Formats: sequence, C-alpha cells, structure tokens
Amino acid sequence: MLDNIKIVYHQGKQFIPDVKTVTVPGIFRGRPIINTEKVDEKELSALCPTNAISIHPVSIDLGKCTFCGECSLRFPTKITFTKDYKLATNDPERLIIKEGEDKPVEVNLDLVRSEIHRILGRSLKLRQISAGGDNSCEMELNAANNVQFDMSRYGIDFVASPRHADGIVITGPITQNMAKAVQICYDATPEPKIIVLVGTDAISGGIFADSPALDRRFLEKHTVDLYVPGNPAHPLTIINGLLDLTRKLK
Amino acid sequence: MNYISIKNNQTISLSDIPESNYEWFYDMNLDLVLGHTERHCVNYFGYKVGNNVKLICCIADDSTHEILVSTCLVHKAHALESFCTQLLCFEKFEREIHENFGINFIDHPWLKPVRYAFNRDDMSQTMDNYPFYSIDSEELHEVGVGPIHAGIIEPGHFRFICNGEQILHLEIQLGYQHRGIEQLFIEKKKLLQRATLAEDIAGDTVIGHSTTFAHVWESLCGFEASRDIEFARTLALELERMAVHVSDLSGACTDIAYQLGSSVFGRLRTPIINFLQEWCGNRLGKGCIRPGHNQYPFTPALADRLRQVLDIFEPEYNEMAGKLFKLSSALSRFERTGVVSNADAISIGAVGMTARMTNLNRDIRSSHPFSLYSELNHFPILKRHGDVYSRVQIRKKEIEQSLNYIRKLIAEVPAQPLQTDKLKTPRPNSFCLSLVEGWRGEICHCALTDEKGELMHYKIKDPSFHNWMALALSVRNNEISDFPICNKSFNLSYSGHDL
Repeated sequence: MLDNIKIVYHQGKQFIPDVKTVTVPGIFRGRPIINTEKVDEKELSALCPTNAISIHPVSIDLGKCTFCGECSLRFPTKITFTKDYKLATNDPERLIIKEGEDKPVEVNLDLVRSEIHRILGRSLKLRQISAGGDNSCEMELNAANNVQFDMSRYGIDFVASPRHADGIVITGPITQNMAKAVQICYDATPEPKIIVLVGTDAISGGIFADSPALDRRFLEKHTVDLYVPGNPAHPLTIINGLLDLTRKLK
Repeated sequence: MNYISIKNNQTISLSDIPESNYEWFYDMNLDLVLGHTERHCVNYFGYKVGNNVKLICCIADDSTHEILVSTCLVHKAHALESFCTQLLCFEKFEREIHENFGINFIDHPWLKPVRYAFNRDDMSQTMDNYPFYSIDSEELHEVGVGPIHAGIIEPGHFRFICNGEQILHLEIQLGYQHRGIEQLFIEKKKLLQRATLAEDIAGDTVIGHSTTFAHVWESLCGFEASRDIEFARTLALELERMAVHVSDLSGACTDIAYQLGSSVFGRLRTPIINFLQEWCGNRLGKGCIRPGHNQYPFTPALADRLRQVLDIFEPEYNEMAGKLFKLSSALSRFERTGVVSNADAISIGAVGMTARMTNLNRDIRSSHPFSLYSELNHFPILKRHGDVYSRVQIRKKEIEQSLNYIRKLIAEVPAQPLQTDKLKTPRPNSFCLSLVEGWRGEICHCALTDEKGELMHYKIKDPSFHNWMALALSVRNNEISDFPICNKSFNLSYSGHDL
C-alpha cells in the first residue's frame, strides 16, 4: 500500500492543464507558413512525395501532406513548419495553406450541423476503425486518452461497440479488404452520427493514394465532419479538433 | 553446394545466385535447416520471369554470420513438393507463393490465403469465404472476434474453437490492412516516396523498417554510410525499442486490470517519444532515417537533453517495474499463461522476442550485426518458459539494456564529416538483402534490380509474419479470458504482415 502511494506521489501531476495553449517540445512540424519569396516552383512541387504542393500560387494541402518536412529543409526560406498543432477542420478548403497566408486552421462553423452541438456537445463517444492504418495514428489516438492528454475529461471517449457510439473515427487509407467492415460499422452506429478522419492516409490516401488495393467509395457516399491532418496526427491536434467541432458555439 | 554465402547488407549480382532445379533446391535447403537451430529461413519468395516464377530462398546462419541464398525457376502448372512435410517454418512462405502465383504445393497442410493481395492469382478467393478450420461437435462452440476490435488497434479476425471457457484452437485471418506496399515500391520512382513507404509499413516500427530500407538502398548504390549516420540509426532503434516495450508493459497491466501499472507505464512512454520529436520533429520517428544522408544530425546538445530525460525516466521506471515484478496478484496472471514451447518455436521458425522467450537465441544484433551493434557487444536476453511472464520479463530486461546502450552511445557523439558522399544510382541486375533487429524481431527486406538499375522486385518481411503462429499456439488450453493478455504480450503487427 505504501509503495503505491509513493509511486503516485513520485508521479506527481502529469496531466496537461490546458490542451489549447500548451507548447509542444523541440521541433514539431505543425501548420506550415509559405512566404511569397520567388523560388524554383517546379523543383519545389516535384520534391513532395504525395503531390501535396501545388504551384501558382504555391500551396500545401494538409490533407495530402505527410509532414516529412523535406520541402522546408530544401527551401528553408520559402516554407517553415510552425509548432501550431491546431490543424483540424471540417472544411477541405481550409486544409489548403496558401502562399503569404498566416492564419490558423479552424472549423468552419457554417458547415457544422446543429445537432452536433446540441446532442454531442457535452458527451461524445466514438468508435475507432483502423482501415489500413499503419498503427501510428492508432497509437496517437490511444495517447490522446492517456493520463497526460486525458481527453476523457471533456467527455470524449472511445467505446467498444458502434451501438454505443456517436460517430466513427477512421484511420488508414481504407483498403479493399476493410471497406465492407467500415460500412457495416457505420451502419450500426445510431443517428445522429459523425465521421472523423484522422491522419493523412485517411484524408487523402497519403502515400497510398493511387494504390489499387484501396477502396475509398465509402467517403464518396458520406459527408465527413472532421479532418485531422498529421502523419500521425498529434494527440493535441486530435483533441483540439474534436473540441472545436463539438463545443464552439455559433 | 548450390548457394551463395553473403553477409548482411551485401549486394551481389543476380547471376551470382546459383540456380538449380527444384529437387536439388528443395533437398539442399531442407538439409540446411533441418536439425540446425542456428539456421532459419529469413525470406522465401518468388517473382515472375515471363511465364515462370523464380523462387529465392534465404537461410540465415547465425553461427557463421552469413546468409545462404539459392534460387530455382519453376512453372506455375507444376505442383511442387512442400517443405512443410518436414519444416513447418516454410508454411506461410509457401502459402504466400501459392496466393501470389497459383503454384500448388503437394502435402501442404493448408494452402489458405495469407493476405488477399489485390494482385493475387485466384480472385475468386475473397475475405468473406476464408476456409476456417472447424470441428463438427455438439459440445464445442466457436467464437469469432474482429476484424474491428474493442480497443483502438488494427483489424484482424480471430476464430476460436472452445470447450466451455477453454480454447482448443485459434485461427487468425489477416489481410484487412493490405495496401499493396510492395507493388508501390516498384511504381513510386522517387527515393523520398520509397522512404515514406518504408516508414508506413508499420507505424510502431518506423525506425526499424526505415533503417532496413536505407541499408538496402545504400548497399545497392555502393554507398558507405559514415559513422554519424549509423550512430543515429542505432540510437533511434534503441529509443524505439524502449518506447514500445514500456507501452507494452502498460498494455500488459491493462489486460490484467492493474490500473496503476497501466497508467504509469503508459505515461512513461511519452518522454521517450517526445524526445524523438525534439530530435526529428515526429513522435514516432517519421522523417528521421533517410538513405544516403543524416537528415537530423544528433548533436552534443541533444545528447545532454537525452541524458536529462533518461535521468528522470530511470528512477520512475525502476520504481514502477520494481513494484509490478513483486506484485503476486500480477505475477499469478503472467506465470504459466500462454506457453509456447522451445520445440514449437523452432518448428514454426519464431524470431525476435518470441524466439528468445523460449531460450531460442535469435537476435540479428548479435548474429548478423549492422550499424554500430558490433561495437556494443550485444548479448541477447533469453528466457526459458515461453509464457506471458517470460515475454514481460524480456521487455523489462531489454529496456534496461537499451538504457545502458543509449547511455554508452551518447557518451561519444560522432562529429559531422566535413565531406559527405553523394548517393549514386543502384547497381543493375543486383540482389540485396538487409536484416535489422527491430523491437519485435528481425526485419528482412530484399531488393532486386533490372538491367537499367530500376527496382524490379521488393520483398518485405516483418517479424510478425513468423510470429502470428506463435500467438495461435500459445492460447491453446488457456481460458478465453486470458486471450487479451496473451495477444498483448506478443504485440504483433497487422500492417507489417498485410503490407
């Protein structure tokens, strides 16, 4: 018994008091800023492993970006990755970071269905489906609920059955072999329900985008309520995204 | 003798691999492995040559530190004698060859699909009609779990045949995670794309797989990696091992409902992966390892920072581990649960921790050393009982060992060379094999290039490919309620298996 108390005492307070303002340690590749400096744009866009960089004007699609940072290493004055981990939005347009822009990525409140705030605003139970995810986003989703990030303090939890869930969280590019299970799980979730895509692989397919082993038709049929970019998405990106979607009032 | 002996990370000409007919190929490889526990098959795969299939078999010899490679050309229509009549460790390799090319193996116990690859030979085989083993009995019942599991983990289907609460048989159906990675390696031509693919093979073994790919690529290009590059890889591999082992201890505590251990070990992973982020900008080390150069050089300032992190980590970890390993209620759940015998481990060709928990010494760090491991004088940690307790103990000991190695490594941070070599293009008509001991076990990548020096075939083998069978064997005669702790104690990769 004394041992246990000693351990608890030595651990001290581990939770992050404010997940909205805390800074992440070291270098972190969060929201990029592209300045208007002239560079060889063709070379810049050819660099990207997932064609996330478009030119005229130069822009980065966070839904495709693997956050490898190669572009900012090769063109350090043109592109810098800030430590801003708030990357999640419900509007695909807002995932595209344009040249000369430095504004936060936010949830577009006009697109949020009213029942999301009304019904899911204080308690949100989610069912996670890994559909070809490489276990990195899965580990970060788990981490979002550990004693440090402690997402459940906001009433957001992961549940073991779609019947208990208010929505599904998909990771991975959705493989052919998982497509049916994703659909069944979604159908088994009662209304109203949300769809959250976590990680670059889920949002655009990422590096797997043109693989013949994928079947992404599920996403054509349904509306996605939140995109959480990252490779993998950082727990703070996930928590802030879910809070912004369900808590911010119009 | 119709094989060629090569070292780990050695590139040879394709024509240097001696080719024989299947009978000779079969007898020779059988002779090499049968009765020799120091030898095991690290990779056995085929690739199309016109209408024929060329098989390449790679046997690692741990005592001579060499890999014995042989090849043979076969036609799809000819059924082949199966290795499985005498060597069960070829079971999955043959199933894979059967799935991809339609080659039949005579007397194979079950030529079932491995991962339902998108380019499989027989498209009438689908996820829904997997031929599960079943027993016709009124007293037994079946339990199906998955593909989607209760927690946040990857998908796979488990089918139990139980007598009451007792598991008689478990069969594991995988393939849900199949993304066609091996094919994408050929199709994506940019090196950065391939490096990204290597990182995405299994997100929990980012460093392991990206280091293996880097070694393959550098060897094909004739690139000699400088000390600082290999230093970064060795250090990152040990950090990854530590981080995952700690989180596995947390998982083991969760599955026996020991809340304190679950929370404390769970949070102890954070400082380690946060340090990876401080170093390379990603908590799981994505972007850290690149072929041909040191993307994020490890500086003496980072070494000081890491020392600080470890100085805080170590007493906290020791306190919690000390408590767990004295807690009788925890140990009674670990001991004699989920046993795999040494004979079974040899028979199925187990690797990594799964082999070492049964006193089978398989560790690439000592048997085929790479990066800076020959300097670290690595001695693998072995346990004898093959139960959950052995697996948990190995993790505890390996965390301590990794801590020791990391401290040793960062005591002397190599300087950046003033001049660095440039990566050239790969040698044409070549074959390269690379082995790396990731935290799970040996990772093996093989690359073949064509006459233009383009990648012609890329073969990935995650240790889970061997070890899933060990999980299936371990749960026999255990209560079904012990399945989670058995599963977690192996912590195998779905995506690494399904590719």
